[in-house]
Amino acid sequence: MRYRSLLLKFLSAFILFGSWEIAGRIPVSFAFPTFIESMVAFWVLLVEGTLFVAYAETLKPLVVGVLISAILGIGIGLSIGLSRKFDWLVSPIFIVMQTAPLAALIPLLIMVYGIGLTSKVFVVCIMAMPVIVLNTSGAVRNTPVSMIEMGQAYLGTRLDIILKIILPAASPIIFAGLRLGVSAGFIGAILAELKITPTGVGDIISYSRSIADYPSMYAAIFSIILLAVVFLNLLEQIENILFKGPRQVYASE
Amino acid sequence: MNNNTNSVDYAVTVRNVYKNYGDVEALRDLSLDFPRGQLTSVLGPSGCGKTTLLKIIAGLLPADSGEVTVNGQPVTRPGADRAFVFQDFALLPWANVLRNVAFGLELRGVAKSEREAIAEKYIGEVGLKGFENSYPHELSGGMRQRVGLARALCVDAQVLLMDEPFSAVDEQTRRKFQEDLLNLVKNESKTFIFVTHSIEEAVYVSDQVAILLPRPSRVSEIIKPEGFRHKDANSIRRDPEYLDIVDRIWASLRTYVE
Repeated sequence: MRYRSLLLKFLSAFILFGSWEIAGRIPVSFAFPTFIESMVAFWVLLVEGTLFVAYAETLKPLVVGVLISAILGIGIGLSIGLSRKFDWLVSPIFIVMQTAPLAALIPLLIMVYGIGLTSKVFVVCIMAMPVIVLNTSGAVRNTPVSMIEMGQAYLGTRLDIILKIILPAASPIIFAGLRLGVSAGFIGAILAELKITPTGVGDIISYSRSIADYPSMYAAIFSIILLAVVFLNLLEQIENILFKGPRQVYASE
Repeated sequence: MNNNTNSVDYAVTVRNVYKNYGDVEALRDLSLDFPRGQLTSVLGPSGCGKTTLLKIIAGLLPADSGEVTVNGQPVTRPGADRAFVFQDFALLPWANVLRNVAFGLELRGVAKSEREAIAEKYIGEVGLKGFENSYPHELSGGMRQRVGLARALCVDAQVLLMDEPFSAVDEQTRRKFQEDLLNLVKNESKTFIFVTHSIEEAVYVSDQVAILLPRPSRVSEIIKPEGFRHKDANSIRRDPEYLDIVDRIWASLRTYVE
């Protein structure tokens, strides 16, 4: 079974990169390099160290923004899920945040917070936080009523019920929200670098495009996707270690 | 109705309880007594407020007015004197059988080794020995309810509240459960309050059957099937008195079934 799923993963990667290669060779566009060209450029960026320097810059707003979003987002989501009043007060902000056209808001952010790290962290948070908050609050609110009544009937305190019943019951969906939030955070970090000041990976993308070095541009984009996938897998591992047991089964129950 | 308080010892009394959900009147002026050490069923068609009554006794729902007492103490919140068995089992899917059974004790702050020793004992008693490390999704419906029952027995409450405990269990398992319940009532000196919509089940297991009629709920009749209580589990279902009572209850309930 394990071998088979691994095989399927390779097959799917092969089909994707294969069609990329073919599309690049036709070519569909002058600005679309082949897979092999992009990988060569990727290798050059790695060996020259450009990529590492760039990520040292890009990861700053990303890590700070994702951490703030995760901690605040789960906290706020929990409060929304537990209290009707808090829900009315706070939920609309996050619904607006999620639907707002972020690119159009960036000039406003620059005016208020300048072009430094703060604005970029904000962009990451605006991207990542709503989905974490809304998933957490939804999951908390959907805790089966009888489980909470069970906690009350067996004399659990409010804190017991939150820590031992509501949070574990909500954790699969909270983690799903975290994964979505982290991927949105990646998009936010790159968007910030393209729209606010070109630094890090955003700089590689916009610079390569301006000198028509498309393989490098695609290599930079590829590296973001690669990093995001690695990071999301890591998150899944953490989830598995944190909550042992048959999670997939009860998430669908 | 209240003139016999001296002759019978009541573990739970319900006096003039009213409960509305918005405009819907769920319970109106309901009074009912539950003799200590016996099993009383609350029987009625769906929507007659049986579960509401049970949750008020459990302290999970407040009554609008009226008084519920357990051992003479008025009920305002859940207490150590009552344990609840849920219709949908209400087990923690991420916890194994041992932790689920011990969960009531865990919430009371009993030390891990002590509560697990108690849980082990009741896991054996309900016939789940060897399943301590299984998770709820690996068990059948009947076994899950045995876990719920063991959890309720663990906390050693005098009053056991059972909310249609066998309704989500298949027919054969339910019969076995009913027989086991008779033994449980005989061996444990607890008061059982048993909500059900099955007439046969109520008559089979109960010392006293309270029939609730709906909209708004009131106690229409209390029947005490005493004649066959001493018989063994197998012959009760063929006992003429058992069959008579089942027929009589059906006759009075049939007009309320759409």
